[in-house]
Amino acid sequence: MPKRTDIKSILVIGSGPIVIGQAAEFDYAGTQACLSLKEEGYRVILINSNPATIMTDTEIADKVYIEPITLEFVSRIIRKERPDALLPTLGGQTGLNMAIELQESGILDELEIEILGTKLDAIHKAEDRDLFRNLMNEMGEPVPDSEIIHNIDEAYAFVRAIGYPVIVRPAFTLGGTGGGICHNDEDLEEIVASGLKYSPVTQCLLEKSIAGFKEIEYEVMRDSADNAIVVCNMENVDAVGIHTGDSIVTAPCQTLTDRENQMLRNVSLRIIRELKIEGGCNVQLALDPHSFDYYIIEVNPRVSRSSALASKATGYPIAKIAAKIAVGLTLDEMMNPVTGNTYACFEPTLDYVVTKIPRWPFDKFESAKRNLGTQMKATGEVMAMGRTFEESIQKAVRSLETGQFDLSLPGGAEMTDGWIEKRIRKAGDERLFFIGEALRRGVTIETIHEWSAIDLFFLRKFENIVRYEEVLKDNPFDYEVAYKAKRLGFADVTLAKHWNTTEREVYNWRKEQELIPVYKKVDTCAGEYESDTPYFYGTYEDENESVKTGKKSVVVLGSGPIRIGQGVEFDYATVHCVWAIQEAGYEAIIVNNNPETVSTDFSISDKLYFEPLTIEDVMHIIDLEQPEGVIVQFGGQTAINLADELEARGVKILGTSLEDIDRAENRDKFESALHEIGVPQPLGKTALSVSEAVVIATEIGYPVLVRPSYVLGGRAMEIVYHEQELLQYMENAVKASPEHPVLIDRYLTGTEIEVDAICDGETVLIPGIMEHIERAGVHSGDSIAVYPPQNLSQSMIETIADYTKRLALGLKIRGLMNIQFVISEGQVYVIEVNPRSSRTVPFLSKITNIPMANVATQAILGKSIAEQGYVDGLADAPAGVYVKVPVFSFAKLRRVDITLGPEMKSTGEVMGKDSTLEKALYKGLVAAGMEVKEYGSVLMTVSDKDKEEIIDIAKRFVEIGYRILATEGTAQALESANIEVKTVGKIGTEGTTLIDVIQKGQAQLVINTLTKGKQPASDGFRIRRESVENGVPAFTSIDTANAMLSVIESMTFQTDAMPKPQVIE
Amino acid sequence: MTKRYLVLEDGSIFEGRAFGAESASVGEAVFATGMTGYQETISNPSGCGQIVVMTYPLIGNYGINRDDYESIDLAINGLVVRELTEEPSNFRSGMSLGDLLTLKGIPGIQEIDTRKLTRLLRDKGALKGKLTAAGEDIDIDAVLAEVQGYELPTDLVSKVSTKRPYPSPGLGKRVVVIDYGIKHGILRELNKKDCDVIVVPHDTSAKEILALFPDGILLSNGPGNPEDVEGAVDTIKELLGKKPIFGIGLGHQLFALACGAKTAKMKNSHIGGNYPVKDLITNRTDLTSQSHGYEVLEDSLAGTGLEVTHKALNDNCVEGLRSEKYEAFTVQFHPEASPGPQDASYLFDRFIQLMTASNRKGNSNAKTY
Repeated sequence: MPKRTDIKSILVIGSGPIVIGQAAEFDYAGTQACLSLKEEGYRVILINSNPATIMTDTEIADKVYIEPITLEFVSRIIRKERPDALLPTLGGQTGLNMAIELQESGILDELEIEILGTKLDAIHKAEDRDLFRNLMNEMGEPVPDSEIIHNIDEAYAFVRAIGYPVIVRPAFTLGGTGGGICHNDEDLEEIVASGLKYSPVTQCLLEKSIAGFKEIEYEVMRDSADNAIVVCNMENVDAVGIHTGDSIVTAPCQTLTDRENQMLRNVSLRIIRELKIEGGCNVQLALDPHSFDYYIIEVNPRVSRSSALASKATGYPIAKIAAKIAVGLTLDEMMNPVTGNTYACFEPTLDYVVTKIPRWPFDKFESAKRNLGTQMKATGEVMAMGRTFEESIQKAVRSLETGQFDLSLPGGAEMTDGWIEKRIRKAGDERLFFIGEALRRGVTIETIHEWSAIDLFFLRKFENIVRYEEVLKDNPFDYEVAYKAKRLGFADVTLAKHWNTTEREVYNWRKEQELIPVYKKVDTCAGEYESDTPYFYGTYEDENESVKTGKKSVVVLGSGPIRIGQGVEFDYATVHCVWAIQEAGYEAIIVNNNPETVSTDFSISDKLYFEPLTIEDVMHIIDLEQPEGVIVQFGGQTAINLADELEARGVKILGTSLEDIDRAENRDKFESALHEIGVPQPLGKTALSVSEAVVIATEIGYPVLVRPSYVLGGRAMEIVYHEQELLQYMENAVKASPEHPVLIDRYLTGTEIEVDAICDGETVLIPGIMEHIERAGVHSGDSIAVYPPQNLSQSMIETIADYTKRLALGLKIRGLMNIQFVISEGQVYVIEVNPRSSRTVPFLSKITNIPMANVATQAILGKSIAEQGYVDGLADAPAGVYVKVPVFSFAKLRRVDITLGPEMKSTGEVMGKDSTLEKALYKGLVAAGMEVKEYGSVLMTVSDKDKEEIIDIAKRFVEIGYRILATEGTAQALESANIEVKTVGKIGTEGTTLIDVIQKGQAQLVINTLTKGKQPASDGFRIRRESVENGVPAFTSIDTANAMLSVIESMTFQTDAMPKPQVIE
Repeated sequence: MTKRYLVLEDGSIFEGRAFGAESASVGEAVFATGMTGYQETISNPSGCGQIVVMTYPLIGNYGINRDDYESIDLAINGLVVRELTEEPSNFRSGMSLGDLLTLKGIPGIQEIDTRKLTRLLRDKGALKGKLTAAGEDIDIDAVLAEVQGYELPTDLVSKVSTKRPYPSPGLGKRVVVIDYGIKHGILRELNKKDCDVIVVPHDTSAKEILALFPDGILLSNGPGNPEDVEGAVDTIKELLGKKPIFGIGLGHQLFALACGAKTAKMKNSHIGGNYPVKDLITNRTDLTSQSHGYEVLEDSLAGTGLEVTHKALNDNCVEGLRSEKYEAFTVQFHPEASPGPQDASYLFDRFIQLMTASNRKGNSNAKTY
């Protein structure tokens, strides 16, 4: 069927900020979809609140709105733009939920806006647990015994009938927020309560647990002519019971016979046909390992994380094709974009093994529960391809960048057998490595199967890997052994470990032996048809299919998996860098391992190598491609960390040189550079031992900021106020040594300023200066950033611009740099310089209309900033105020303290823009998911140092009609300032405690700055967690609270009583 | 770790490790793209005499079970895989793939670059090749001469067809299946529809077939070149118009020949489970299971009274025909699947309907299905 000509303009809703369960995969899907619709000639209007995405680039849609995805704002845009149609299935759960809200509000009917693709009733049928179950019953498809419950009593009734264990699945939530497995009454009480809270319809599904079944997924597509295909099937290595987003997944299925495969394929196709889905759909099934019995677990009637994975695993661009299906095209008339010569109505067949491993944030959240269950906890994922399963999984392991290169754990040899068994029985993020350790100790795969329910097929593969370690040990530098090892995916680092040598030695030896990988094409068809798509993975076999072209090329290193501190914004910069390289006439070659992102879409670069970002894997590509050089400054710390080794192996780093990168990152070199440049920094020194640290801290005076050198996202960074805290930190958090120096700086409380700049060696272009709402001490990624600065004098701005210029030129930056300043007592100090692209690049690029990554890349490649038409210094600010508000995923992570501090905790961000700061903030806060209520109660519990400031804030809350609740100490401070306050009991006291207040929803806001620390036992921690569990906004910085307050103030009309005439006596 | 070579007629040599039988074997190398279904693929009699290359790298993962055979004896001459899984994992698995090949005397080779081999076969078409005996050093010139001089056998059908008729009883329509190398899947589908099936040898005469009082006749799949099947075309000609006919695979090609059309060898065989085929009647595209190296030439259909009903989406190959004169239709692909997608299993219903309609009309020759 040809495409629709009765519609001209289409509204696409994005997925908003990156949170756990909804990450970069929707930038990838959304970008593909928008481009795909534009390609067909439609006018595309896009709404997404996330500025860090490629999707919100102005080239991606005809009109881009970076506005909150709420009924209020989307309706307003709809009224303004009057689209003919709406495509809701590409923006994740957020996009879908928004479409449903719009429909229910009546605006779509009123303005005669058609919903394209899958219809809302189908979405309802798939998403509403009750409707879905009914549908499955009608179709005769089995679903596990289950019951919709609305309260705890109903939950008990179900459990009494069915027995434990049961799974709680809240309706309409992301990544299973609030759900989990219950083994007893205690679990049931807790999880049902949280599940009901998080479900927007206060509804949970209680389901008989089928833990231990194989978890299988089918990615299905259907068009309006009822053609339906399976793009990919996938098998979770972890059995049912762990959220698929938290499972190690392999594609295609490895342990299913054709009969089982066809049975489940038929079921998946029947479901997509029954639901009349037009586009993509994900069907999750549980298959009994001992029979043909199966259950349908879930259906996602939209593109999803799994469809992004399936697209990258097979090459088949699901979102692109889904968008075209939505406008009426059918699968049998579209070409398969990978081969270019076969049709899209085709089921890809693979001739390699794909493995996905999730990337969890537990390295940042040490106190978090590391157990995995039905609620997703991963922030990102890596994918790897190989011709053996062992190769595929070992490549994935080293792509994770957790310092692991094989199936071993740091300190694994010292662990007790009991501990290892426990960590295998109870799934956690490190289970794979515990299994490795168990195998090394001779535990049989049958026993491990009993502990974990992982299929023997996979366990045998793990065993192959571990067993081969012995062979390696016994045969150093043996060609045959090494060849086999490489075919099993062993990294040079592991070979070096067993051969008592260095990775570099192994690499050089292999090169001498010509033991190097070849690159195979990902072509959707296992070689049956010719394909021109330059999408490759490396493996150890005979034939290399990646041919170096005659064109000069540049290699760009991507940023790997999405994690806290390194999010989608680095992918944004990577993609722009690739485009700029192409514009400059070079071939752009990208290396990355993240299946969720735009940069790993094969249509972005001239060549895509889907490979781990380790020195070994990158060098292989460089050896083959012989590029002009490598650009590392857009791939975050991942790429920067490789610069050293690359240069040591004779690779040219384009942009800021390695020496200069080091000068910005090495504490001592940086300090002396600053001296020369003449830019002040807070007092600070490097300590190599505990005693040295104490001396330094006493010398410069408390509070001090302590952190290990070379860190990402402020990991292990802390502000300490006394010597005792310092000692505790030095002994617990870091192990200071000459190899691992600890930096100790004077902690200056003041306004934090962030600047991004581009330098070509002569000109320093400063697109903008941002002011943080939260004072220094809160990680820049967790602060609300305001552009342009609202509280800086002209001379201050000039000083900042001057310092920026001096730093850029003095540190010999070529390309992008990011600087953080603090203004303390009228003085500007530099606190950090990152000689690379930063988190704020997309935000600033979009506001200022200066394509920063592009300008920087061109500058790196030799086109001066002046030639590009930009002038030196601070660019003029456009009208309006813009804020970047961080978004957290605390609800997904149990036992994590939400207190803002020097360690970054946010997973994503949104932008708010308007004519005044308050309006912009309002939008930012709303887009970040906070409810701004004009009246209500605010609960305050603050530490002594904040008591003075809280008085002013409390007064203003009272002024706008908020009721103040406070705990004793805070209440006393407020009462002494004549503020009416209701005292609530602390935790553990008699009567109504603040926990009751939070749980009963009696407070609309919580301000808590109590007992910062990582101890889950502390009161402050419990209060903050209760707020998160109950969905009450909690502010741990007085500054954020203040910002929220000013927003509420701006929304409220003043209601001052008439002044009474003063009686003159 | 015994060495074995695969030597192809173009001079390519692949060195790998032997599994299965130790003996050598010569055959035509073709590649199969299904990611599951190796048991069905290697036991499909259509693969008689072939050296089958599996494109998916891990083969043998779920072992061999009692249910998934498509014939009792394996007719392939060799199997080529990237990696053989020696210890399978699946609840139905009774033995490993390697053990089965040893038992059946079929040589296998693993640990070669099967993607390189596949691309070679794609570019050059099917090539004759030899799997050398396990552990044997080879004189390359001699082996190459042997391979190049090897003539593909022309008696494949008689090798795989049943020697004696046998029934597969049911209570419904009487279907006589002419066995040119039938896959069990076809019988499974017919029995599922309660057909009362009698399978007869490929050289059974039309008279004998009609004497079994069939409601319909099914021309089965089978190996090799349709022009090599002696007598089949004449038998089918005699059956035309007598009873409803359904042809599958080789049966489709033989039917076309009987109606006066021509067939030819394809450059690239279709062996796998992901071939999109458009049903020109319903306009729907199904993913089909295929296993053929010959095709019916569309140009040759003029004047034959045959109409194309199905076409391969990707290379326009003729995938289905029906007769304008007789109650007969055929498909090149495998509606019984096994292995592969079961999207086209509705064709068996069409056959049943055709037989029912035919009976009702007292078996007229009208074009009705």
